[in-house]
Amino acid sequence: MTMLQGFQIALHALRLNPLRSFLTMLGIVIGVASIVTVFAIGSGAQLRLQEQIRSIGANVLMITPGAVYQGGVRLKDGSKLTMTEGDVQAILEQIPEIQAAAGSLAGTAQVIHEGKNWNTTINGTTSGHFMVRDWQLASGRYFSGAEETGAGKVVILGSTVARELFAPGDDPIGAQIRIMKVPLEIVGVLDRKGPAQDDVAFVPLSTAKLRFLGSASNINRDSVAYIIAKVAADGQMAGARAEIESLLRQRHRIPAGQEDDFKVQDPAAAMEAQQGAIRTVALLLVAIASVSLLVGGISIMNVMIVSVTERTREIGIRRALGGRMRDIRLQFLCEALVLCLLGGAIGVAGGITLSMTVARMAGWITSIDGEAIGLALAFSIATGLIFGFYPAHKASKLSPIEALKTE
Amino acid sequence: MTTLPLISLRSVSRTYRTDGVAVTAVRNVSFDIAPGEIVAVMGPSGSGKSTLMNMIGLLDLPSEGAVHLEGANVAELSEDRRSSLRARSIGFVFQSYNLLARHSAIENVALPLVYCGISRRERLARAEQSLQAVGMLHRAHHFPRQLSGGEQQRVAIARALIASPLIVLADEPTGALDSRTGAEILALFAALNRAGQTIVMITHDPGIATQCRRTIRLHDGELVSDETIAELLPRRSVAS
Ligand SMILES: Nc1ncnc2c1ncn2[C@@H]1O[C@H](COP(=O)(O)OP(=O)(O)O)[C@@H](O)[C@H]1O
Ligand SMILES: [Mg+2]
Repeated sequence: MTMLQGFQIALHALRLNPLRSFLTMLGIVIGVASIVTVFAIGSGAQLRLQEQIRSIGANVLMITPGAVYQGGVRLKDGSKLTMTEGDVQAILEQIPEIQAAAGSLAGTAQVIHEGKNWNTTINGTTSGHFMVRDWQLASGRYFSGAEETGAGKVVILGSTVARELFAPGDDPIGAQIRIMKVPLEIVGVLDRKGPAQDDVAFVPLSTAKLRFLGSASNINRDSVAYIIAKVAADGQMAGARAEIESLLRQRHRIPAGQEDDFKVQDPAAAMEAQQGAIRTVALLLVAIASVSLLVGGISIMNVMIVSVTERTREIGIRRALGGRMRDIRLQFLCEALVLCLLGGAIGVAGGITLSMTVARMAGWITSIDGEAIGLALAFSIATGLIFGFYPAHKASKLSPIEALKTE
Repeated sequence: MTTLPLISLRSVSRTYRTDGVAVTAVRNVSFDIAPGEIVAVMGPSGSGKSTLMNMIGLLDLPSEGAVHLEGANVAELSEDRRSSLRARSIGFVFQSYNLLARHSAIENVALPLVYCGISRRERLARAEQSLQAVGMLHRAHHFPRQLSGGEQQRVAIARALIASPLIVLADEPTGALDSRTGAEILALFAALNRAGQTIVMITHDPGIATQCRRTIRLHDGELVSDETIAELLPRRSVAS
C-alpha cells in the first residue's frame, strides 16, 4: 500500500464522521491559530518598533528632564522643564562629537485649513531637529534663520497632516493654515517616515513660545521640553553621552552626590531592548499555545485509540485479505496526519483571520509571514506523527484471527 | 498421484495456552490438497475446523508439524510474505460475510488488490469482472446493508476470487443463510470448481458435504476420516 492510498483510505474514514473528525481536530485548530496570531501580532509590533528606531535616525541621543527637588521633596521626573536653549547651544559648541542638536517644545492642537481640520502634534523646534533625524523635505524648505529667531509665522507639515488637509493634487506650499487662531504659512512638507511619525506639524521654537505658550507663566522664556542631538559616529555614543552629562551637571550646578535633573537616553538602544522584550513575550505566548497543540495531540491519540477499537474487525478483514502490519500502521498514521494537517490548515486560516480582525479593531500592525505558517504546520505534522504512532502501532499488532472474532 | 500438492499438512498440531490451560484444537493432522479439488471439512462444533482453516490460510501457524503451500513451509516465510500470499494466493469466504460496511460492493471486492499494489483503475475494472462472475454486477454500488445475506455472500465470493487465488477457503459459507439461498451459494462454488478453482469448505451440513467429491472429518481435533466419493459410494452401498 502506498502513502497516497493511505491518505485516500484516511479521507474516506474521516468523511464518514465529519463532526467527530472536526471536534478531534479542534485542539490543533486552536493551537495553530494561536501560534499564527501571536506571531502575526508579535512581528507586527517588531516592525512598528523598527520603524520607530529608523525614524529617530542613527546615533541620536535624547535628553529629557529628570528628578527635581523642591524644598527637599523629590518631584516626579519631567514635572519641570529643566533644559534650556542655552544647554542646546553649549552641547553643540563644546562637545566635538555632536554634529547637530535641537530643543523642542511640543503639544497637541487643531490645525485648520479652509473647511478641513485635523488634530495633531505641534512641535516647536529649530532646523537642527531635521538634521538630527535625517529628515528630508518632500517639497518646500526648512525654516530660515530669521524665522527661527523672529518667531516667523511659518509651519512645516508632516506628510499625514498635509494629506488630511489638502486634496491630492493641491500644493500646500504657500498656503495658509491656522493653529490656535494664529495664521501660519506652509513653507515645507516632509518626506514620509512612518505612520507614527508623519502626524506632526513643526513651527519655529520661538514661534511656539511667543504665539502659543506666551501666556503660560510657568515656562521659562529659555526652556525646552527635550533636546535631541546627533553623534558623528556609532562608536562615539558612550563618550558623547558622558560628556553631555558632565557638561549639563556643571551648567545646572548639580553638586556631587545629588541626582541629575536630566536624563540622557539612547532611544534606539532602548527600543532594541524593547524589541527583545517583545520577542520574549511572543515566545512565551507561543509556548502557551503549544500546550494547546499538546492537548490537541492527546485528543487525537484518544480518538484514534477508540477508532482502532471500534474498527478491530475491519483491521482483521484487511489483514486476512493481505494487508501487512505496516499497511495497517500506515492507514491509521495517515488518519492522524490528515486530522492534524486539516486542523493545521483550518488553524492557519483562523489565525490569519483573527490577527487581521485584532489589527483592525486595535489599530495594531500585524504581519503574517510564511515562516510562522510553516512552523505551525510543521508542529501539526509532528503532533500527528507523535500522537498517531501509538494507536497505529497498536492496530498493526492486532492478531488477525482475534480481530476477526470481535463484533 | 503425480501432481504436486497445492497444500500439504504434515503432522500438524495447534495448541492454545490460556492461563496455564493447554487446549489442543488440532492434533497430528496430515493430508494434501491437489489443484482443482473441492474438499468439505466436517465435524462438530469445537472440533478444530476453523483452527485448521486459519493455518491453511496463513493466518495462523502450527504449534507442531508443518503446513506447505506449493512446497514452501509457511512457517519459514516472513510475516509480510505470508500477508502478500494471503492477498495473491488465498481467497477467504466467511460465515458472516465480513464486508466493510462503509464501502460499496465494488470497493469491497477490489480491497485485496489494494494490497497487491494495483492501480485504482485496474482494481475497479477487475472488481467489475469478478462481480459479473457471481451475478452481482448490477449491485456494484450498493452498500452491504442494502444487500440480502445471499447477495452479501456473493459479493464476498467475488472478493475472494478477484486476485485469481490458488485456493478459496470458505468457513461455513452457508451457515447464516436459509436453505434455498445456501443451495444457490453452493451451486456457485460447484460451478467455480468445475472451472478449475480449488476450494476448501467447512460445513456441518451433510447435504452440502455430499456435493463435494472429498470430505475430511474431524473430531476433537483429530482427523477421523478422509474420503473421496469414489471410495464413499461403494462403502455406502455396502452399508445399505
Ligand atoms: N484463541 C483460542 N484460545 C483458546 N482456545 C481456542 C482458541 N480458538 C479456538 N480455541 C479452542 O479450540 C477448539 C477448536 O476451535 P475451532 O477451531 O474454532 O472449532 P470449530 O471451528 O470446529 O468449531 C475449541 O475447543 C476452542 O474452544
Ligand atoms: Mg468454526
